[in-house]
Amino acid sequence: MSEESEESVPLLPLQQESMASALFNTDQNDNSERRRHDNSGRRRNDNPESETNGQPQNNIQQVVEQDEEEDEELTLKYGAKHVIMLFVPVTLCMVVVVATIKSVSFYTRKDGQLIYTPFTEETETVGQRALNSILNAAIMISVIIVMTILLVVLYKYRCYKVIHGWLIISSLLLLFFFSFIYLGEVFKTYNVAMDYITVALIIWNFGVVGMICIHWKGPLRLQQAYLIMISALMALVFIKYLPEWTAWLILAVISVYDLVAVLCPKGPLRMLVETAQERNETLFPALIYSSTMIWLVNMAEEDPEAQRKATKNSTYDKQAPANQTRNEDAEADDGGFSQEWQQQRDNRIGPIESTPESRAAVQALPSNSQTSEDPEERGVKLGLGDFIFYSVLVGKASATASGDWNTTLACFVAILIGLCLTLLLLAIFKKALPALPISITFGLVFYFATDNLVQPFMDQLAFHQFYI
Amino acid sequence: MFVGRETATAPLCGKSRHRKRAFFWLVSLLLASLVWFVSVRLSDRGDAALQRGLLGFGAAVSVLLQELFRFAYFKLLKKADEGLATISEDGRSPISLRQMAYVSGLSFGIISGVFSVINILADSIGPGTVGIHGDSPYYFITSAFLTMALVLLHTFWGVIFFDACEKRRYGCLGLVVASHLLTSGLTFLNPRYAASLGPIFIITLCTGLWAFVTAGGSFRSLLKCLSCKQEDDSRVMTYSALRVPCED
Repeated sequence: MSEESEESVPLLPLQQESMASALFNTDQNDNSERRRHDNSGRRRNDNPESETNGQPQNNIQQVVEQDEEEDEELTLKYGAKHVIMLFVPVTLCMVVVVATIKSVSFYTRKDGQLIYTPFTEETETVGQRALNSILNAAIMISVIIVMTILLVVLYKYRCYKVIHGWLIISSLLLLFFFSFIYLGEVFKTYNVAMDYITVALIIWNFGVVGMICIHWKGPLRLQQAYLIMISALMALVFIKYLPEWTAWLILAVISVYDLVAVLCPKGPLRMLVETAQERNETLFPALIYSSTMIWLVNMAEEDPEAQRKATKNSTYDKQAPANQTRNEDAEADDGGFSQEWQQQRDNRIGPIESTPESRAAVQALPSNSQTSEDPEERGVKLGLGDFIFYSVLVGKASATASGDWNTTLACFVAILIGLCLTLLLLAIFKKALPALPISITFGLVFYFATDNLVQPFMDQLAFHQFYI
Repeated sequence: MFVGRETATAPLCGKSRHRKRAFFWLVSLLLASLVWFVSVRLSDRGDAALQRGLLGFGAAVSVLLQELFRFAYFKLLKKADEGLATISEDGRSPISLRQMAYVSGLSFGIISGVFSVINILADSIGPGTVGIHGDSPYYFITSAFLTMALVLLHTFWGVIFFDACEKRRYGCLGLVVASHLLTSGLTFLNPRYAASLGPIFIITLCTGLWAFVTAGGSFRSLLKCLSCKQEDDSRVMTYSALRVPCED
């Protein structure tokens, strides 16, 4: 089992190409932007994959008049929540990648290179190595650019079937093939005996549920978990198959490309976003991590509203609206519907169970939510490619740095700070922004600085047991 | 200038504030290492005493830079706090300066502690013998205690520092910086642990008490907290006290 998988991976150029180009680029496309607020206009034509429960009827009276100031304050408050909502998945993805790199030696072993990076880095002179890595990076970037333009062209000419087919093939490859390899390597590392039948069952279930969650409907948390897992898998592939200097160069060039592609008026990603906005559609579900359901935001635990949870099926005591005790046996997932929202809804349209019929009826009601945008319903979206490249940076740092954990930690903090700043800019500018440049720049600066400057210093201090 | 926008950094929940502070500490460490690196490059490698001296110099510079960055962070937070207060409903910011001071000190402490100890922890898993070349066999345990002391100290220093800056008591500020330098200097006495660990723990205790008093605690508040007495909040009315207004 092991030998075939090791050799088969470099020997399947076709599959790899389709996978890498498809996912890689489609991730690329998304990675670069896809962070924007979900505004009420787009909520209508919505996402088959997340649970859409109809149009917002809620809190309209509460939120009706908003001054500029209140709006600003809410933006800040919820901006802070969004930061946390993105920190957790990015951190999780990086933790998974670093944990795998540290324990499974397969991903740090050199077993060849991708066909997109044909030039080897084991050369005799430093100059030759630099030249090879520049060429590798150039080839990779041109492949990405070509694929992105192809995607934009397909989208513009409404070849949705082609795009969906492409996405499905790449997620199939990731969910089945790469996770099979990953599982195999983990078993090898921990010397776990396993039979093919069990593995087949596990991988089959994992893959099918993943396909359903990502491309169709599923619980939000499960979908988020799957997206994190496939980003981590993809990042691991890059860490394994990209040689060192090439990897750093690619990261640097990708952030520049990201900046250009998203912000320039003729940039492919910007065109993609604008086309999607014109057509009032959401972009491909398989490529974007969304932190909320379309309908209502699922608040963080420290939010007081989230503490007044109730089960979906419990009957609401209308006589005690002031009763704010937590329902102890409530399911954790009330779908983000706070108790006061539910009571308000009941007051307006009578207590109903959430059934498909009732939802259809609610959807048929006239909505007057056109103008008032409830800030609670905004979520933040981050492209999967962003996850992938952040994890590649941190993973490479943990794999190849002499400083080991110090460098890894420094890169981790740097990336999160970059993400924070990017979200801040997002709150200010309110349009799609590239997520890579700031974080990757900070990450790279901290990687090289920590590895070469801080590490010797800390090493000497630790050797003598001095503390600063 | 958009005050509203600028203050978006401040009201972030604890985790992101931790990250911002950790970042500041990292930057200070970076600069200090740069100074040390340059000084080492310019010096004679063979001379051990000089190297040790340079290390001490690097450590001192690092301590000073850390305090400088703490001050810079205080300034940043103050500005953000004012902005927050202007846009909030009741004119007060949702986070008190004390809370910010605590979080600031804590995150400085955490990142400093983690950076000091994580490689040691990672090495402690692998096969090896501690002190095989004649070094102290208590390396791991003393590292653990020192790191704990340092984390606590950073937290306390954060509280005292912010308070001193707020009330413009520069004497206290100087004392904080001096105690940081003293602590760092005491670690240079390792591996004579009696001389370094003991005094460092005494300093930790004293600084802790000082921070407690600065934050407004007192013996009475400590007792109240420990006895877990429920305070009767007069603003909250129990349900049975609500009456339907009389019809007549």
